[in-house]
Amino acid sequence: MTWETVIGLETHVELATKTKIFCSCTTEFGGAPNTHCCPVCMGMPGTLPVLNQKVVELAVTAGLALNCAITPHSRFDRKNYFYPDLPKAYQISQLYLPIARNGRVDIGEGKTIRIHELHMEEDAGKLVHDPWLDQTLADYNRCGVPLIEIVTEPDFRCAEEVIAYLEKLKETLQYLGVSDCKMQEGSLRCDVNLSVRPAGSAQLGVRTEMKNLNSFKAISRAIVYEARRQIELLEEGKPVVQQTRRWDENKDATYAMRSKENAQDYRYFPDPDLPPVELSGAYLDRLRAALPELAEAKRVRYQTQWGLPAYDAKMITSQKPLADFFEALVSLGTKPKQGANWIMGQVLGQLSAHGLEAGDMALTPPTLARLIALVEAGKLNRNTAVKVFEAVFETDGDVDAYVAAHGLEQVSDAGLVAEAVEQVLAANEKSVADYKAGKEKAFGFLVGQVMRRLKGQASPAMVNQVLRDRLG
Amino acid sequence: MELWKLTALELGEALGSGSVTRAAAVQAAQARIAWIQRSCNAFLTVTDPQTPQKAGDSPLAGVPMAYKDNICTKGVRTTCASRILENFIPCYDATVVERLAAAGAVSLGKLNMDEFAMGSTSETSCFGPVRNPWDLTRVAGGSSGGAAAAVAAGGVWYAVGSDTGGSIRQPAAYCGVTGMKPTYGTVSRYGLVAYASSLDQIGPIARSAADCAAVLDVMIGRDARDSTSLDRPADGLLAGLTGELRGKRIGLPADCFGDGLDRPVASAVLAAADVLRARGAEVEEFHLPVMKYVVPAYYIIACAEASSNLSRFDGVKYGWRAESYGDLGELYTSTRTQGFGTEVKRRILLGTFVLSSGYYDAYYKKALQAKAVIKAAFDRAFARYDLLLTPVTPSTAPRLGESLSDPLKMYLSDIYTVSVNLAGLPALSMPCGFDPQGLPIGAQLIGPPLGDGEVLNAAHAFQLETDWHRRHPGGQYAPAAAEGGI
Repeated sequence: MTWETVIGLETHVELATKTKIFCSCTTEFGGAPNTHCCPVCMGMPGTLPVLNQKVVELAVTAGLALNCAITPHSRFDRKNYFYPDLPKAYQISQLYLPIARNGRVDIGEGKTIRIHELHMEEDAGKLVHDPWLDQTLADYNRCGVPLIEIVTEPDFRCAEEVIAYLEKLKETLQYLGVSDCKMQEGSLRCDVNLSVRPAGSAQLGVRTEMKNLNSFKAISRAIVYEARRQIELLEEGKPVVQQTRRWDENKDATYAMRSKENAQDYRYFPDPDLPPVELSGAYLDRLRAALPELAEAKRVRYQTQWGLPAYDAKMITSQKPLADFFEALVSLGTKPKQGANWIMGQVLGQLSAHGLEAGDMALTPPTLARLIALVEAGKLNRNTAVKVFEAVFETDGDVDAYVAAHGLEQVSDAGLVAEAVEQVLAANEKSVADYKAGKEKAFGFLVGQVMRRLKGQASPAMVNQVLRDRLG
Repeated sequence: MELWKLTALELGEALGSGSVTRAAAVQAAQARIAWIQRSCNAFLTVTDPQTPQKAGDSPLAGVPMAYKDNICTKGVRTTCASRILENFIPCYDATVVERLAAAGAVSLGKLNMDEFAMGSTSETSCFGPVRNPWDLTRVAGGSSGGAAAAVAAGGVWYAVGSDTGGSIRQPAAYCGVTGMKPTYGTVSRYGLVAYASSLDQIGPIARSAADCAAVLDVMIGRDARDSTSLDRPADGLLAGLTGELRGKRIGLPADCFGDGLDRPVASAVLAAADVLRARGAEVEEFHLPVMKYVVPAYYIIACAEASSNLSRFDGVKYGWRAESYGDLGELYTSTRTQGFGTEVKRRILLGTFVLSSGYYDAYYKKALQAKAVIKAAFDRAFARYDLLLTPVTPSTAPRLGESLSDPLKMYLSDIYTVSVNLAGLPALSMPCGFDPQGLPIGAQLIGPPLGDGEVLNAAHAFQLETDWHRRHPGGQYAPAAAEGGI
């Protein structure tokens, strides 16, 4: 029998606000434990939540970009459960009237994923277990960091579609400035609901939910593993049990955490401390008009307006900070294709060499624009420029100062070049003879020798020209 | 004239004119508190006078007062009369505490109450019941029983309490003082330990309607820390007390004067209606056909919210923790089993049940619908009347121990007060007489949303004609040595 895998996703995305959802504590990642909190986010008795309006703005913006219907009269509900990382013993979330519903995301090749809903909620804290002391400590810094949860319909059929969706989602949310989507810092987290059924069947199979998926790789492998596990069970005539499973990265397998019978009753009810969120038509119009140009539109424009090859356009728009950097370069007078080459070559190379995200790069567009301008003006040759780039990349150093300090400016004095050529010809009679006998290879050797004498700072074009003239 | 028998405004005036010093006022209060603690158990924490930095420009500046112990006071323990918070010291002040301090209020401590404000007698306190200063064998009412007893017995000139289903008005009635639950949202709830968030409201207990108006003038107004708080009205409440009632229409809901109401209470409230009539108000009976829904709707909504609000008391972060436990589950179970009293656990269980999957629609959702129906009935009534007049309680203060054995009866006795919280209305309880045992009786004035000024003005008019609010509990319990005087 052939089997079909059916997958739905619940994605938690941390919003890029400066302060938390219900108080004015910072959302900054890290920090010494329990230093980014106050009586409100620690749920102290008598404290009350006050909604950060920026959270609504970002959630609505995300909803609009994901083609959702925005709920004009939305509301917060309490999700009640006991856990030491949840200081109020309830999470303020949205169940009955989420801020956005019924969206869709095109993931390419004609495939569309439907969005069931998008809702706002607060994050919980973090428990740190010290196995040596057998103690568990709570860090409430993350409590009250704003999240949106995006729930899809069960529209995925394979891991590749899931990854394509997540990449599209990540790209879109980064472009919107809704989230930095850094998986390693937990600002994009995914739960995968998966079931299998005989191909062609209209009925959904029994599903499991997988948690603890911290990377695209883990998601992909967990899906493959879990689909295989379920198919094997069914082929052996055993039932799939509805349960929550945990992905173990090290063992490459999922493990049962809790079954449906042990599922919690969250006793959701409207939070009486928060008035409904009322959104006017004018407010929605304003946010709709403020939606930035997304990656897809930029890709088309880079090709039509600036003549970039499709590959370059795709590469540069894959991350918003890169696209922003590129557009800034162009606005500073860099030729688009030149800028694209530098970004795809040197910038990406250095980012990966330093293990940095594009958004964390110190280098600013004016620095690279200046470097490219020096090359264009014939004042630096390209190889030297690459060395300068590597030197200034980490600290956004001053290109001109570096070039001057290291005496790197290109030799464009024809006299100096001619002098070097004479010395090289005198010292390499055999190669001159070889060249005159028709061995073109010898010419390359002579060019190299001249460049060496000039410490690589001459314009290769000029060296070529002078040498050819001299050898007639 | 003994200082403790003055109203808060009278004392404020004496302090302002310099005829009484702040120290003398504090001393008079402390002398009374010494007796009150021995006899009534009204205070849970007596502090040195918490004298504000600024003198304050309120007419109440310098007047000693106290807070119910569910209102957070920075650096002063706030227990909610519960074992689970017996060692909890807030690191912040409630908004009302900040505002009163800025107006020159001098706090003398924290007042006993029903545990987490759950109860109608202040007997569910884990620190022992409050006794009624008019008769020490009787309850002071609840849940702000300590507040009402302390004001009645002259320990403070006013107190700040909270009212979720009558918790200010009912003890005020039992103790012969004036208590006001303002319109929901007029006073910030920030720093009030929540019982039922959609019903809780902070308000004053004092010796007169004018005193209540002066306290409210300081406390009301929008607070950025409470999303449900409302903008401050332009006019001051105290300044609006004209005593003018001519042309005002007052409705008497016949449904509140039927079965279950003790005769002395009915007579005293109807006599109060006559006083208002004599001041020029038109008083007539009408039908408010929702009374039978109010108690069940109230207890479902209040318990549901309470079950969630009280979940944070789990022994993990602050407060009391069970001494022994094997794992996390036991830590929670033992802490909450031992840390909460019976009535609190009863309400948490009720609330957990009505919110459970499968029962939500049958109970909680239906209770919200009933709440909407009750609100609509009041809206209709206020289309015809400026105010409503009802009893506060079906009877006067019961004997200690009488109510706890029959919680259902205790719940039913809340019938006249809980509807006001469900509809979010302002209402005031004022002394209007005594029963044959010499126990105070209260009458309740209810106003439309934001009709707080109207309610206070009618009560003020009543108090211009009567002196029930100037009666003080008999001296037989007060040793002469403890009597302050000038």
